[in-house]
Amino acid sequence: MSSILLRGGLVVGPQSSAVADVLVVDGRIAQVAAQVAAPEGCDVIDASGCWVGPGFVDLHTHLREPGREEAETIESGALAGAIGGYTALTAMPNTEPALDNVALVSYVLDRGARTPLDVAVAGAITQGRRGESLAPLAEMAELGVRLFSDDGTGVQDPSLMRRALTYARPLGVRLAQHCEDELLAAGGSMNEGAVSGRLGLLGRPALAEELMVQRDIELVALTGGSLHFMHLSTSRSLDLVHDAQRGGLPVSFEVAPHHFTLDETCCEQFDPIFKVHPPLRPRADVDALREALRNGTIDAVATDHAPHAPELKDLPFDEAPAGMLGLEYAASLTFEALGDAPSPQRFFSVLSREPARIAQLRHEDARVRHGGHGGAVIEGEDANLVVFDPEANWTARNEDLHSHAVNSPYDGRALRGRVRTTIAKGVLVVSDGVLV
Amino acid sequence: MIDSIRSQNLLTLNDVSREAIVEVLDTAESFVEVNRRTIKKVPALKGRVVASLFFEESTRTRLSFETAAKRLSADVLSLAVASSSVKKGESLRDTIATIDALGIDAVVLRHQSSGAALQVSRYVPHVRVINAGDGLHQHPTQGLLDAFTVRQVLSERAGTSGLESGAQLFDGLRVLIVGDIRHSRVARSDIAAYSALGCDVHVAAPGTLLPADIENWPVRVVEDFDQALEWADVVALLRLQRERGSGSFVPSLAEFTRTFGLTLERARRLRPTTIIMHPGPMNRGVEIDSRVADLPSAVIERQVANGVPIRMAVLYLTVAGSSEGVP
Repeated sequence: MSSILLRGGLVVGPQSSAVADVLVVDGRIAQVAAQVAAPEGCDVIDASGCWVGPGFVDLHTHLREPGREEAETIESGALAGAIGGYTALTAMPNTEPALDNVALVSYVLDRGARTPLDVAVAGAITQGRRGESLAPLAEMAELGVRLFSDDGTGVQDPSLMRRALTYARPLGVRLAQHCEDELLAAGGSMNEGAVSGRLGLLGRPALAEELMVQRDIELVALTGGSLHFMHLSTSRSLDLVHDAQRGGLPVSFEVAPHHFTLDETCCEQFDPIFKVHPPLRPRADVDALREALRNGTIDAVATDHAPHAPELKDLPFDEAPAGMLGLEYAASLTFEALGDAPSPQRFFSVLSREPARIAQLRHEDARVRHGGHGGAVIEGEDANLVVFDPEANWTARNEDLHSHAVNSPYDGRALRGRVRTTIAKGVLVVSDGVLV
Repeated sequence: MIDSIRSQNLLTLNDVSREAIVEVLDTAESFVEVNRRTIKKVPALKGRVVASLFFEESTRTRLSFETAAKRLSADVLSLAVASSSVKKGESLRDTIATIDALGIDAVVLRHQSSGAALQVSRYVPHVRVINAGDGLHQHPTQGLLDAFTVRQVLSERAGTSGLESGAQLFDGLRVLIVGDIRHSRVARSDIAAYSALGCDVHVAAPGTLLPADIENWPVRVVEDFDQALEWADVVALLRLQRERGSGSFVPSLAEFTRTFGLTLERARRLRPTTIIMHPGPMNRGVEIDSRVADLPSAVIERQVANGVPIRMAVLYLTVAGSSEGVP
């Protein structure tokens, strides 16, 4: 019998928080109480001054395996995730080849099951992510896939997107869209605006994102299918989705840490580390995202963790691939963005509870291979837990990263709040900020 | 703001001051004289090594830079892209590191990607990097030689020398830049140079060939091209960058010529003193009528000729780091 006791942390529930001890025995939360006696041989972890809550759930992780193992593997990505406090990841399907069939999805699920975390898979919506014809959504759903996306790009053809939403609806799965109209984005490599014109870089206008958000809201209204909007980056996109949600449409959305911490001026030195799709936006959009985080009107924070081999980020800006690392700093950056008196409920809501609901990874969504995430830290729940120290001040260092790739835009940045402990599938994976 | 390019990289004209530009122009004046000598060579950069890396096709800029380097007695390493390892998949960083390992003082870089020169300057911080054109971003020596040419022509007309003119004659000088602003690195460098020197810069182009953020640029967009031609002291035409897909930004080349080309008919509206410029290579019959290009007020060949002293000045200031001892 293995057991872990988290002593004296602020246990953060969905509605309220209280200082308590949390005892984990054999993969489950065995007891939550003011004073719990440590069983013999128990790992006792001092969590005083820290927040104890459900492990984070990432809706948007590029694990690169199969095909780009030099940038990341399922294992290295899972370890980076554990350091970042994640207990579940959602592997994006833009691998090489794309995760568009049962064999490839099974491969990633198998590899994922050998890591300390739960690795869910987002299957491709279309065959080969080519945006031409539907992938076998029902077959993949039988394996437990609950989220489908062509991420990397969005489904451009509105007729095909309509068909996908209609087809997916009775399967009880959710589609997730990378919103950018590629014809309007026209091969651009940064946000279209004051900076792009001066730098002579072709721009991806905000409208390329907002137009697809609008289109898909209308398609959801038409079909009744559920849709998750990925990495929304503009104030207007948030307004559009908020309106749709108020209208009762089954839509959810995520924002990525880089979009609420970095703005388009980061591109001024032509460093491809700052190239990402959708691109870094003007300061006004960054501020709008932060404001929405503080207001509690953001559904989920998702990393869009996108490792790329160093040589690819040494290419000229327009030729370099888009994307940056995200798993290891997302929680600290979210904590910082929540303001001077961050609400622990909101923190765990955007990083764990809502993402788990959207990805159908909660205890009550029991399915093949995956345990429950984003729960209430109560007796009987699967032990997927994180201990977060809100008082920690530390510095991001590329040499400390656990990903194979090092394309983090935060090297040298001061960070507030840090993951101390990650317990995933009942096992102590990260202790005192380092892998066990 | 850079107040002198001495011992600096020259990557963009956006942050270069009026004083720094005038310093280059004045330095170039002394090199004009060298180019008139029978023995067109000075020992200013003797023993220095200048690498000329052209990742994009170019004849005139490359010849101009290499001629400039040789007239300063520098050794020139020239990387021919077609035969280079770039074609074998070597990264820009590795290519630069390889050339650097041979021992160089400066790199003259032409690249199809915006920002390539700045990236290279990070890879080899101990080497001076001179941007010979990067994507749509900047072509600083073109901006400098255009300003130099304008000063030279106006000084000659006034019966004085460029050195004596200084920068005064640029104050309020009416410069009209015409054509594919959006895709033009020459436009970006020209606008930076003319603005820094105090000119009044207007641009004329179809809306599709203006950058999306033109309202933030230090220029005015003209509403009536024909009126603007009457207004201008200098008309600078740009090459329609067909190789960059600019063709699809206008319905047809013929329509572009009819609306924004400097046709013979339009050229008649110009005052006889108005200077006509083009950075080359020209699309004769598209942005400029062939006969207009050959008018006495067109200084296109003079621009080419001035490329050498300007690039000598730039190499000299950036590499030798001093304007002392210029012949």
